[in-house]
Amino acid sequence: MTRWLYGVPVLLLAVLVAVFAHGLTKDPSRIPSTLIDRPLPPFALAGLDAASPGFAAADFTAGHEPRLLNVFASWCAACPVEHPMLLKIAAGGTPVYGLDWKDEPAKASAWLAQLGNPYRRIASDPTARTGIDLGVTGVPETFVVDRHGRIRYKQVGPITAADWEGTLRPMLDRLRAEA
Amino acid sequence: MAGEIGHFALILALVIACLQSLVPMIGAGRGDPALMAFGRAAATLQAAFVTCAFAALAFAFVQTDFSLAAVASNTHSTMPLAYRFAGVWGNHEGSMLLWVLILSVFGAAIAWYGDNLRDSFQARVLAVQGMIGAAFLAFLLFTSNPFARLSPAPLDGAELNPLLQDPGLVIHPPLLYLGYVGFSVAFSFAVAALIEGRVDAAWARWVRPWVLAAWVCLTCGIALGSIWAYYTLGWGGWWFWDPVENASLMPWLMGTALLHSALVLERRGALIGWTILLAILTFSLSLIGTFLVRSGILTSVHAFAVDPRRGVFILAIIVGATGGALALFAARAPVLASGALFGRVSRETGLALNNLFLMALTAVVFLGTFYPVIMEAFSTDKISVGPPYYALTFAPIAVPLLVLVVFGPMLMWKRDTLAGVGARVRWPLVACGAALALGLALFPVARVTAALGIALAAWLVVGAGAILARRWRHSGDFVRAVRTTPTATYGLVLAHAGLGLLVAGVTAMSAWQSSQVLVMHPGQRVAIGRAAVTLDALTQGTGPNFVSLIASFTLDRGGRESPLVSERRFYPASRTQTTQAGIAPALAGNTYVAIGEAQDGGGIVVRLYDHPLVDWIWAGAVLMALGGTVSLADRRFRIGAARPAVLPAGRLAPA
Amino acid sequence: MRRLVLAAALLLAMSSSGPAAAVLPSEQLRDPTLEARARTISATLRCVVCQNQSIDDSDAPLAHDLRVIVRERLTAGDSDAAAVQYLVDRYGHYVLLKPPVIPATLVLWLGPVVLLVGGGIVVARLAARKARVPDAGLTADEAAAAARLLEGRG
Repeated sequence: MTRWLYGVPVLLLAVLVAVFAHGLTKDPSRIPSTLIDRPLPPFALAGLDAASPGFAAADFTAGHEPRLLNVFASWCAACPVEHPMLLKIAAGGTPVYGLDWKDEPAKASAWLAQLGNPYRRIASDPTARTGIDLGVTGVPETFVVDRHGRIRYKQVGPITAADWEGTLRPMLDRLRAEA
Repeated sequence: MAGEIGHFALILALVIACLQSLVPMIGAGRGDPALMAFGRAAATLQAAFVTCAFAALAFAFVQTDFSLAAVASNTHSTMPLAYRFAGVWGNHEGSMLLWVLILSVFGAAIAWYGDNLRDSFQARVLAVQGMIGAAFLAFLLFTSNPFARLSPAPLDGAELNPLLQDPGLVIHPPLLYLGYVGFSVAFSFAVAALIEGRVDAAWARWVRPWVLAAWVCLTCGIALGSIWAYYTLGWGGWWFWDPVENASLMPWLMGTALLHSALVLERRGALIGWTILLAILTFSLSLIGTFLVRSGILTSVHAFAVDPRRGVFILAIIVGATGGALALFAARAPVLASGALFGRVSRETGLALNNLFLMALTAVVFLGTFYPVIMEAFSTDKISVGPPYYALTFAPIAVPLLVLVVFGPMLMWKRDTLAGVGARVRWPLVACGAALALGLALFPVARVTAALGIALAAWLVVGAGAILARRWRHSGDFVRAVRTTPTATYGLVLAHAGLGLLVAGVTAMSAWQSSQVLVMHPGQRVAIGRAAVTLDALTQGTGPNFVSLIASFTLDRGGRESPLVSERRFYPASRTQTTQAGIAPALAGNTYVAIGEAQDGGGIVVRLYDHPLVDWIWAGAVLMALGGTVSLADRRFRIGAARPAVLPAGRLAPA
Repeated sequence: MRRLVLAAALLLAMSSSGPAAAVLPSEQLRDPTLEARARTISATLRCVVCQNQSIDDSDAPLAHDLRVIVRERLTAGDSDAAAVQYLVDRYGHYVLLKPPVIPATLVLWLGPVVLLVGGGIVVARLAARKARVPDAGLTADEAAAAARLLEGRG
């Protein structure tokens, strides 16, 4: 029996342990977005009430600047956690558009009245179809959309200060400098 | 107070386990009887202390001592006593303590029942057990302390997940752990044998009872889990290829291979390297299963704690235990004596093929379970592996193996011919052909796979019976033949027949299941399968810690009526809902009713299912476990190491 | 009575084989062929927010949405593959319970068979190597002893 064959199991184990160690650093339920570097799927949604106009995918190419598309809901437990961050980002000049996902417009209006409104424009998606077109699996999620209407990044979960300083703000700066 | 005692007992157990890892090993190397005897004393003490710790935790749970964090998270003052006790292992910390308890008790058992083992060998085995015990005790104490305190103690606890408040919780985990941890004995035996450099038929004879006992427990544990899922989850699924389920199936498959390989080693002294490797791998799969369940590396409905730090610790244990054992295997296995020869057509070859197929099946389950993680290491794409994958890969490998199962016991040891064994499997072949013809005639062509499945089941069951028939037919005195048939043969027949029943149940459920989903109103009657179900009434009910909506049905099977009840329960403490299905069992299949939400207008969503032969799946599994238990009762297991028989002149040795 | 029987017959016709864990009556399509196709497809699609359940088995709200979408696509005339691709375009390969056969998954699909065949070859070569040791046969003494034993029995 060739001696080296006896060593195969321990070698395979070494590879496996390395793979497992790497796997421990990942979140198994987090799905990568299929829309990175692809244009926003077409949609046109109404706003929360007669006063606000809602928005469409085409609106993201007007204005020649990168924007954040934040998916939220009044029933979302984690959204109030990121809301102060969104207010700060909006105050700093970055346009933030809000997509109210699987929610009742009246409840969303009341929620925003209570917590503050960082959104330039808000669209209502009660059937979640646009959300599904975007590959949304929960709230909050935030998309970084460049001036050409292409999605460049998807943030799953609330935006923390670390996320903003480390990932989102540098990315927005780069996108602004882009052609 | 109980918490402190338990905590202290664990610390003492860890110290003793560390000593148990070193002292007997040194003693065996030096041949020092006192140091080797220390191993036995240490194993006993370790078991005593861990038992004490477990008793302390159980006491805290039953007395609802909410100052312990584990108790506060998993129990509630309104919970029934049985679930307060079973809640000990309904969470990560407590179940880990149960694991360590069983490990230490098995170690003590090796110390007490190992009188027929060579002292040096027993000392080494106990040392390895001690190492494993020490590793897991450290894991408990440093990352998963069951006795962690909550300050201030809450007034009431968070209640056990209502899905777990079920008799299944009382039996399923302990049985599973008896299986997982039981294989640690084979592991320790294998490592000790590699250290000593000697593996022979005597080694296999010592190991087999332990492996068989663990295997029986694991078989029962898995079957129970399947039954529990069937009646709890509300739609009659019995296997989901969930990662945690797979984590129990892999050691079972490998343990079955180990069982049969050790048989060859014991009888013929062959397949040495393979048996040792299987002994190492089976327990390693138990360890990897533990890693999977407790590290959060994969999502699962069963997953306990999602804590990567605990995952790192367990991974370190795997590196030490499995890595160490496999490295030892790589170094020492080549110098082990080469096994006995056997011909190309022989029972040894059959069992070698058995090993190969079972390892391939284990590979299917392993790859399916872990591939999403493996792929993450070299790709940004993320995939899922679910039942459709296993349907395409498990069955094609399992079917040839199941065909082989009937040939195995019919093959002669060492040297046989294809014609010879072909003649011996005549009757099973006839039965198989008849079942296939019947199946194809009764059912449309689209169901060819179903007919093949039933034919395979007939093959297995008749094949098992044929073993006895051959033995008894050629003897003049039938009663004497029955009495002198070795107990282990009865065990084999029961186990292989059980396998046939299981195949029949699986085939029927895959091919002929049917269901209906609709809104029913009181008085409405719906047909399902060969029965009809009428909704009689909707009422409210209460339990110790829940309120429920109860739907009463009448089941009509061919004119015979019987009541059927399905409930939807709401547990206020945890604000969760569960569905209790109404199941009417019958030999030909179950009728299964589960209610959903009540609708405006007095109706209620009802899901009706016809589950043909589903109980045969678990009956088959129980029969397999029974076969294993019967085999354990065989006197030959309770005799010590094989001694050469002294033959009186003129008499042949018994086969 | 007749209406009950008719209703029962219609419902029986609409029933499909396979578990119907979470599909609500209100979701089901009227056309039994389309509904059967929807059920088969749903069983192969993962509920992306659940733990290892198909959208057919899960009662999560997103699973409901995806079930409805599958039925909409089928009603609109999509083939089975197109309906599935619609969701893959949005959620990636993660949503498929049957992993795609792509270069990255070759080991997954072929690994066990390769192991079986490879292992079989290894074992066969080992056996062949061992079998080359010739069988020595009985020595004269052994033959005599065997004869004595056999005679003693008869």
